[in-house]
Amino acid sequence: MSRLPQGGLIDRSQPLSFTFDGRKLGGFAGDTLASALIANGVELVGRSFKYHRPRGIMTAGPEEPNALVTLGQGARAEPNTRATTVELFDGLSATSQNRWPSLKLDLLAANQLVAPLLVAGFYYKTFMWPERFWERVYEPLIRRAAGLGALSGEPDPDAYDRDHGFCDLLVIGGGPAGLSAALTAGRAGLRVILAEEDGRLGGRLLSERQIIDDRPAQDWVDAVSVELASLANVRVLVRTSVFGVYDGRTYGAVEKVSDHLPSSPPGQPRQRLWKIVAGRALLATGAAEQPIVFGGNDRPGVMLASAVSTYLNRFAAAPLDVRAGRAVVFTTGDSGWSAAEDLVEAGVHVAAVIDSRPEGAALSHDRLAKAGVRILRGAVVADALGSQLKAVRVRDSQGREIRIAADLLAVAGGWAPSIGLGAHLGRKPVWSEDLQAFVMGQGVQDLTPIGAAAGRYSLGDALLDGRREAERIAGERGLTAASGPTPKVMAPKVMAPTPLAASPVRQVSGHRSKAFVDFQNDVTDTDVALAVQEGFTSVEHVKRYTTLGMATDQGKTSNLNGHALLAAATGRSIGETGTILSRPPHQPVSIGVLAGPHRDAHFRPTRRTPGHGWAQANGASFVDAGLWTRAQWFARPGEKHWLDTVNREVMAVRTGVGVCDVSTLGKIEVRGPDAAILLDRLYANTMSTLAVGRCRYGLMLREDGFVMDDGAVTRLSEQQFFLTTTTANAARVMQHIEYARQVLWPDLDVTACSQTEQWATFAVAGPHSRRVLDAMTLDLDVSDAALPYMSATQGRWRGGALRLYRLSFSGELAYEVACPADRGQILVEALFDAGRELEITPYGVEALSVLRIEKGHAAGAELNGRTTAHDLGLGRLLSKTKPFIGREMAARPALTAPDRPRLVGLKPIRPADRIRAGAHLVSPGVAPIAQNDEGHVTSAAWSPSLHSHVALALLKRGPDRHGERIIVHDPVRGADVEAKVTSPVFIDPEGSRLRG
Amino acid sequence: MRIPCPFCGDRDAQEFVYRGDASVAATGAPDDLYLRENPAGPMAEHWYHARGCRQWLVVVRDTRTHEIHSATFAKAIAS
Repeated sequence: MSRLPQGGLIDRSQPLSFTFDGRKLGGFAGDTLASALIANGVELVGRSFKYHRPRGIMTAGPEEPNALVTLGQGARAEPNTRATTVELFDGLSATSQNRWPSLKLDLLAANQLVAPLLVAGFYYKTFMWPERFWERVYEPLIRRAAGLGALSGEPDPDAYDRDHGFCDLLVIGGGPAGLSAALTAGRAGLRVILAEEDGRLGGRLLSERQIIDDRPAQDWVDAVSVELASLANVRVLVRTSVFGVYDGRTYGAVEKVSDHLPSSPPGQPRQRLWKIVAGRALLATGAAEQPIVFGGNDRPGVMLASAVSTYLNRFAAAPLDVRAGRAVVFTTGDSGWSAAEDLVEAGVHVAAVIDSRPEGAALSHDRLAKAGVRILRGAVVADALGSQLKAVRVRDSQGREIRIAADLLAVAGGWAPSIGLGAHLGRKPVWSEDLQAFVMGQGVQDLTPIGAAAGRYSLGDALLDGRREAERIAGERGLTAASGPTPKVMAPKVMAPTPLAASPVRQVSGHRSKAFVDFQNDVTDTDVALAVQEGFTSVEHVKRYTTLGMATDQGKTSNLNGHALLAAATGRSIGETGTILSRPPHQPVSIGVLAGPHRDAHFRPTRRTPGHGWAQANGASFVDAGLWTRAQWFARPGEKHWLDTVNREVMAVRTGVGVCDVSTLGKIEVRGPDAAILLDRLYANTMSTLAVGRCRYGLMLREDGFVMDDGAVTRLSEQQFFLTTTTANAARVMQHIEYARQVLWPDLDVTACSQTEQWATFAVAGPHSRRVLDAMTLDLDVSDAALPYMSATQGRWRGGALRLYRLSFSGELAYEVACPADRGQILVEALFDAGRELEITPYGVEALSVLRIEKGHAAGAELNGRTTAHDLGLGRLLSKTKPFIGREMAARPALTAPDRPRLVGLKPIRPADRIRAGAHLVSPGVAPIAQNDEGHVTSAAWSPSLHSHVALALLKRGPDRHGERIIVHDPVRGADVEAKVTSPVFIDPEGSRLRG
Repeated sequence: MRIPCPFCGDRDAQEFVYRGDASVAATGAPDDLYLRENPAGPMAEHWYHARGCRQWLVVVRDTRTHEIHSATFAKAIAS
């Protein structure tokens, strides 16, 4: 056991049990998975990505590159979880990754034997020959051998939530700087959101033995936490990591609501996605200690010095046997010394402190020397020895090699401000020679770093920064902060190295074993050197070639060293070499929380028509049409195939009467003294001449001259028009009308209003349709004389509005009957009752489509954004006497060229030969190759009226070729079909039926 | 991105539909339609508040930073 007998912020009265690779272990409330593993003496937690080297825990925070585990089981298994950020709960189960068959015996560690093949860029070189081996042999092998955890492949069983936050000030990070800022801003009355990734506030204060106002820093943290909780204008979000900064002062964050619990409490999600809009934000994310590149620096037992302090002080867990273990500290600055003091304080035998500098840390030196710690200045650790650390090979200031036995090596390679978020909007980090680190560059002042994130490492500076920035932001809003006295910090105990004159040691030369730069992606110093040797000298090229910084940790512990190595190898300064811009997400984010509740049926809204319930009651099968759910057909018992059903429905309309819910059509009312003028400009044909009570087909062009949409226009009164659009283009046409009305011709006195969802509309179609309306006993005259083809009338029905349009999509005598949407169900039921004796037949969109193909009406497949009025045989509609949108562009020669594919009908020579939409057209006797292509089939159906397959197609010079034979070429789905080119109107070309 | 709609207030850009260069006339010669400036810096653009007040706006946006300088009713500018 290496749990310290006392101390730490763990609750020893709450023991918890958990398993790691099936082994039952114990911890306490307040532990992380990492601290509990350490307390249980578990040193080996994973295998590395490429070489399968044994790895232990290296850090105590979100930057952890090594200790990735799979949490949970089955569908809940979450791979690549950082053990250092997982709060322990009772029953937690974790498994190690990337090993086979077990963590201790990993056969794939044999990868190390072929390490020379796995160097930087190996996949560009080693496995290139023979070419066909890549897909079949090399790639599957590499995929199996390299990699991290695996997904369960099952649907995510958890619930996720989404929330929006608005505030004056977002404080990112709840350490000393963040707490100081949130408190000051909260007291001043600003709306504040404080987001802290950890389950506890306090940040680095939890890991260090600091004194504030003559008391342990924890007391100050507790007092501030209580006061923040009492302020109504402050919202504290713990377990919440801000992962992205977006335009418009918008921040993305994930709150882990119940990841620290055995299961989600009732009504609570697992995680919540926050979109936070903040007037200002302060980046109080602290700094991350960096490793040093020396031989075997990835061995279990090598840990960052700051992490050692965290485990000792916060978790009372020693990363070695407290009584028998020996610790060595390797530091390039003062911070390693405080870890050494923490170790001594915890009763650990510190064998040596190795400082690369010739001097420094005088106070610690005296205390440690007194405690019997061997101190080597101007010395470096060249290699860590042993698969599990046993000793270190040290090179002293004289160049002599010394071997020191060690079970723990604490490494302090300097600090790097955690400014990843600061670069999300493109602010390039700039190199600070003083700090020997990258700091946030100048840019938009919405996000300001404070405290350690700004390279101001002392506790006093952190507290001061937070307060000062909050006061400044409050001042901008005319508020004054009524802060109490500034907290008094005891000694200026430095958390990071004092600025160095010489550049610090980042890489130790003369090491004998592999020295890692990027631990998670197994990138070594020789990989970086090789990349430079091969000419990859920019940071971005080195990143791609070596994969440095491309792992899930985004290089939080590797970029600085990697770029310093690159700088040294290319003879440039680090500042000149630069660093990469980090991108969102700053921390790994599960796809589940991004999707939130928007999955499965909730992925997008479902729009149901007013007649949905009626259709359901009549046995409809439904189909998605955009967001709409529409009745596809109404099968009857005994019908074996959907085509039987559709044929019956089509014939009912052709010979009797059918009813169909067409409420999905877009409906727009245009009203005002200038309504007719606006419509003349919107439609290619003239609308101002339309008489009140009459309807007219309308064709709308885009400004580039292609067809945009079509529909019917009805003039309800002198200044009131009712427009329909295709279902798919309803929103687009509305937007187009608004553009015309507001931007192009704001001087016109006219309004437009979408009424798509306000009206229920049912098509009653077929020779008997008028008799159905007669049976409805409406107060309207529906005789041909009173209501001829292409006319409309309005009245009342059962106390509500009713509109009747004599329009036909099927080519039969037909009406569209409309009423307010909430009465749609009773209207269609009434129509159905009225037509019962006439065997009125409900029909769905499939029959609707067959009917319109038989009639040669263009629809979605023909109005595809690439066709012109000329192509569709509608060229005669383009007015020559008035201006309209698209007129000039439609007149471009290429849009009316005679050899453009134009609308025709196709009928197979053998009626049973099926023609399919998408098939291409070639002349008989010509090779079916692309350059002989003469067009394609847009819509096809079996026509029960003609007892033949029929199709609509776009064929070059089509209208001139009626009667010719053409080959319908469909090599993917079927054989060639010989067909005759016809008029697109297969049924009643004279239109006598619809005028009946 | 956020757009300060003069009618609805500061709103998420997802509520809007983007059209493009506001200096281009909608009808006319092919050059007007197809040849567009691509400035690095402030640019006047048409945005439609489709999930809000349904007003067309002229939004001046810096194409380099996505900073929004202004948002006004297109109708007010056009007339």
